[in-house]
Amino acid sequence: MNEFIGNMDIIAKNCNLFYGDFQALKNINIEIPEKQVTAFIGPSGCGKSTFLKIFNRMNDLVEGCRIEGDFRIGGVDIYDKETDVNLLRKNVGMVFQKPNPFPMSIYDNIAFAPRTFGITKKSELDEIVEQSLRRASIWDEVKDRLRKNALGMSGGQQQRLCIARSLAASPKVLLMDEPTSALDPISTGKIEELMEELKKDITIVIVTHNMQQATRIADKTAFFLLGELVEYGNTDDIFTSPRDERTERYITGRFG
Amino acid sequence: MKRLYSILKYICIIALVISLISLLAVVAYVLINGVDKLSFDLLFGDYTDSPSIFPAFIGTLQLVGIASIIAVPIGIASAIFLVEYTGNKGRFVKIVQVATETLAGIPSIVYGLFGYLIFVVAFGWGYSILGGGITLAIMILPTIVRSTQESLLSVQNGLREGSYALGASKVRTIFKIVLPSCAGGIVTSIILAIGRVVSESAVLILTIGMVVNKVPESLMSPGASLALDIYYFASHGYPAEASATAVVLLVFVIFLNLLASFVGKMIKKSTYGDTK
Repeated sequence: MNEFIGNMDIIAKNCNLFYGDFQALKNINIEIPEKQVTAFIGPSGCGKSTFLKIFNRMNDLVEGCRIEGDFRIGGVDIYDKETDVNLLRKNVGMVFQKPNPFPMSIYDNIAFAPRTFGITKKSELDEIVEQSLRRASIWDEVKDRLRKNALGMSGGQQQRLCIARSLAASPKVLLMDEPTSALDPISTGKIEELMEELKKDITIVIVTHNMQQATRIADKTAFFLLGELVEYGNTDDIFTSPRDERTERYITGRFG
Repeated sequence: MKRLYSILKYICIIALVISLISLLAVVAYVLINGVDKLSFDLLFGDYTDSPSIFPAFIGTLQLVGIASIIAVPIGIASAIFLVEYTGNKGRFVKIVQVATETLAGIPSIVYGLFGYLIFVVAFGWGYSILGGGITLAIMILPTIVRSTQESLLSVQNGLREGSYALGASKVRTIFKIVLPSCAGGIVTSIILAIGRVVSESAVLILTIGMVVNKVPESLMSPGASLALDIYYFASHGYPAEASATAVVLLVFVIFLNLLASFVGKMIKKSTYGDTK
């Protein structure tokens, strides 16, 4: 079995993705460094979310989706036949656009992933639950109601719970698909602070529609347009001196 | 124009009154004729001098047991396959869909005839509780498949994706996330299907015979059910006893309906409730 150890750089080479006859991603090459925040930006339908979902193989669930290319995370070929997709997803967590807490208690939500991977001892689970909620800086808000249903929380709390739920699987990479687009500015701020903290140990890739968000949190930014990776580099460079005319037009709000 | 609207309104009110009156008339008729015949002997007697519905009560319970033990697991498993494994799309699912819808609409006497030809004649079991129970299971199977499918489809895809994204397998996702999220709907539909078993008579006339005076010795014995007792009493000169049995059956079905909504709400509360 391929273990995810050591440097957790994400490397994609010659990536093409098709939905049936439609080519949604065109020859994308990218190297995403570990323990940084990398933002994917671009107009709707440019393929940035689709590209993100390659890295935890969520596209496997989409019927008629065909992927070409070479994808490595921490040196592991994630589309290799030997690669256990469930283990991949344990190591490469994902936070979705719409908070999706399970209809069960806060505790059971967090304990879901550890239980999936065979941890049943209560003391151990208790510790993971507290640790994960602390890392998602929501522990103080929920510590007195761990047994209450997670659906009773506000949208912003639910999203941080979902982050904590991913962290409970101790992932090396966290993929975030527009995690704040359904949230208010205060919740958004909390999640951005959180990412700043998490990137000390975890490689974070975030898809965002919000360019201010990219400038605030991302070390690197990739601009996608019509299934192509137009430009990729340090966030400062992308936003101050873009090399490609299309990038400049997008970030100055002239299309998209 | 305004006049037309008020005429429409009155037509609707009249229609509502007619449907309420006919329902009340049935219940009132049954109660008036049946209640004073509800005696200990009728309910629990051993059918020597006076008629008793006790054998039929046991028969009904056995039929419910057999039909649900067979139909519930098969029905739920079929629905899981259709929704979770084929994505509820494609030619195969379409064919199954048409088949279940057609089967759900077939008159029950046709199921009875099938059960008669298979279990009574071809298998040589004669009239038996088991043959009747299996026939009833076949009868309610399409309903259970359809309603479980609807319940599974009502579970948001975000929950499945969330589970997969945490590294859970398909089986774990189905059993720990999807089924608990819609258990209320599934249980409700099972109880309503049991209601159909309890009130069925046409199937049973052809499959379990109509031995009303003896508790079935085994599942291979003939027997009766409460619904059959009504037919038997009414056609053998005991109209009051028939009405009394109808009261019992009515109470039973009302109880099942209340149970269905109660259990549905309880399960919903345990998954979604307690949100403070």
